[in-house]
Amino acid sequence: MSTPQDINVRQQPAVAATGAGSDTVLATEQLTKNFGGLTAVDSVDFSIDAGEIRCLIGPNGAGKSTLLELITGQLSPSEGSIYFDGRDLTGLPPHKRIDTGISVKFQSPHVYENLTVEQNLQVPLQRTDRDIERVMAETLDRISLAEKATTGASELSHGEKQRLEIGMAVTLDPTLMLLDEPVAGMSIDETADIANLIGSLHDDGMTFLVVEHDMEFVRQISEQVTVLNQGSIFRQAPIEEIEADEDVRRIYLGENA
Amino acid sequence: MSDRLGTDGRSLLDRVRAPFEGPNTVGNSIPFWVGLAVAVAALAAYPQTTDPYTVIQSSRYFALAFLALSLCFIWGYAGVLSFGQVAFFGVAAYAFGAIGINLSSATGVGVAIVAAIAVGTLFAALLGYFMFYGGVRDTYVTIMTLVVALVLNTFMAQTAGSEWAIGDARLGGFNGMTNIPDLTLGIGEAGLVLDGNGLYYALLATLVVTYLGLRALVNSEFGMTMVAVREDEARTATFGYNVPFVKLVVFTIGGALAAVGGVFYASWGNYIDPSVFGIAFAALPVVWVSVGGRESLLGAIGATFAIERMRTGLSSGIGPIGSEWALVIVGGLLLGVILFMPAGVVPTLEKLKDRALARGRKQSGSTTTTEEPIE
Repeated sequence: MSTPQDINVRQQPAVAATGAGSDTVLATEQLTKNFGGLTAVDSVDFSIDAGEIRCLIGPNGAGKSTLLELITGQLSPSEGSIYFDGRDLTGLPPHKRIDTGISVKFQSPHVYENLTVEQNLQVPLQRTDRDIERVMAETLDRISLAEKATTGASELSHGEKQRLEIGMAVTLDPTLMLLDEPVAGMSIDETADIANLIGSLHDDGMTFLVVEHDMEFVRQISEQVTVLNQGSIFRQAPIEEIEADEDVRRIYLGENA
Repeated sequence: MSDRLGTDGRSLLDRVRAPFEGPNTVGNSIPFWVGLAVAVAALAAYPQTTDPYTVIQSSRYFALAFLALSLCFIWGYAGVLSFGQVAFFGVAAYAFGAIGINLSSATGVGVAIVAAIAVGTLFAALLGYFMFYGGVRDTYVTIMTLVVALVLNTFMAQTAGSEWAIGDARLGGFNGMTNIPDLTLGIGEAGLVLDGNGLYYALLATLVVTYLGLRALVNSEFGMTMVAVREDEARTATFGYNVPFVKLVVFTIGGALAAVGGVFYASWGNYIDPSVFGIAFAALPVVWVSVGGRESLLGAIGATFAIERMRTGLSSGIGPIGSEWALVIVGGLLLGVILFMPAGVVPTLEKLKDRALARGRKQSGSTTTTEEPIE
């Protein structure tokens, strides 16, 4: 088990990027999503500051993935609004939201299996006006796949695919990165690799919203944790308080704490 | 990846080849280009070595090859399986006929060519817009395009009456539209009429240019975008790509290619009838492209030539029963390819070649560590 001290993220103050006070990047206002009679997300007021790594936890069916899909525009809200960088995203189609500076990595790996690692990175990268050669080399290095640049993505291990996915999202140089369970099904070493990758991107000023079940991983990367339960925000506090909170343990951590 | 980016480090030949080569086409080597040049030269010499009838038959295969390219492009590279590419082919053919018959001068035929391609292209754009922006996907696109072709088939079949005419051009119902002019290049009343060998060379030249253009397109950034859409639409959208728009552009280009084929086809036979919209003809492009290889432009052309040559040979060789047998053989070919080489003939050969090369390297004791799974 890697201890939290191994990971440089922990030493970073949450608002390091701005230096002073809160500078809200993402905010939701009374965000609600109904599926028929079921309210998956219920009047959520939620915000993230620039330079934060925020983890979103909660039991199955709490509305975590729905909230993420509302932010990316895969789903449109029944009520409420989403603001990003002071701009109202609510009516914007998904591909336009990406252009405002949001990148996303969904839960199950969705690399282009029939393309090489390099081609996988080229797809998002060619949309930007960044220097393809340079960013490609940098990203391959960052996700430790430089030797596998010309390997077919279908030949990668699960952990490598997850790293490649994050690399693909990173090439867009987003302000805010949304990660849905980035370490699901990974070994301890692979988990530590991802934590380090997130840490180094965070050092460069990237803001993260991470949906995660693995509390060990949450401990490695995050200070502020938001707990979602039955579509509403249940608690929002530093990781230590969340872990000590009896109610949170009862609804969520009970089964694996 | 090429690390020799400095243009001074590359020969002129490399620089000329570069835009036409990439991971999305087979044949990225000098031997391939030499082979292609030899094949084109052989096709150019062909009319001198055979009888006029065979030349005319070959022109028909060339016209149909545009239809194959159109499907190969949208299905093989963007994953949009249209069963109704013949709709754009046929609409352009009818439009060329209607305009060409009414404006029967060299200029008129020129106008008819451009207008007919525009009509076919716009039709594809309109249908594509409603399908892709309306969220129609996958097999529903296949069904909808087929239905469009069949509706046109039914509609055109009932246009026998004299009220169904555009100026001097009678639509003609089942019997079709006759007296469609030959392709003519020129201004004013007279021009260079392209029939026989002239049409053959015009088709060959257009086909080669189209093939090279499509190679450049599928190996460009846009080609990579098409492949990304084919592989995973949802993921591609999360990188900010407007997937419906990409598909619309691809579908419109496909429609334009089919329309070019339709214009050539109508002027080749001076005739077009509703059977171009029928299910038997609509199925042929799917067969050609499946057999040749969805992801191989050259495979699509080659399979079109081979299958159509076989069909013509059988029906002229052993009479009417031959065309029945041709259908059986085409069906069997399709089944065989889908069962035994689902990627199609050309991609399968390419894979075998790569495997043989890798094995050769291994046996010669080189240090490459290519591990090919043995199936």
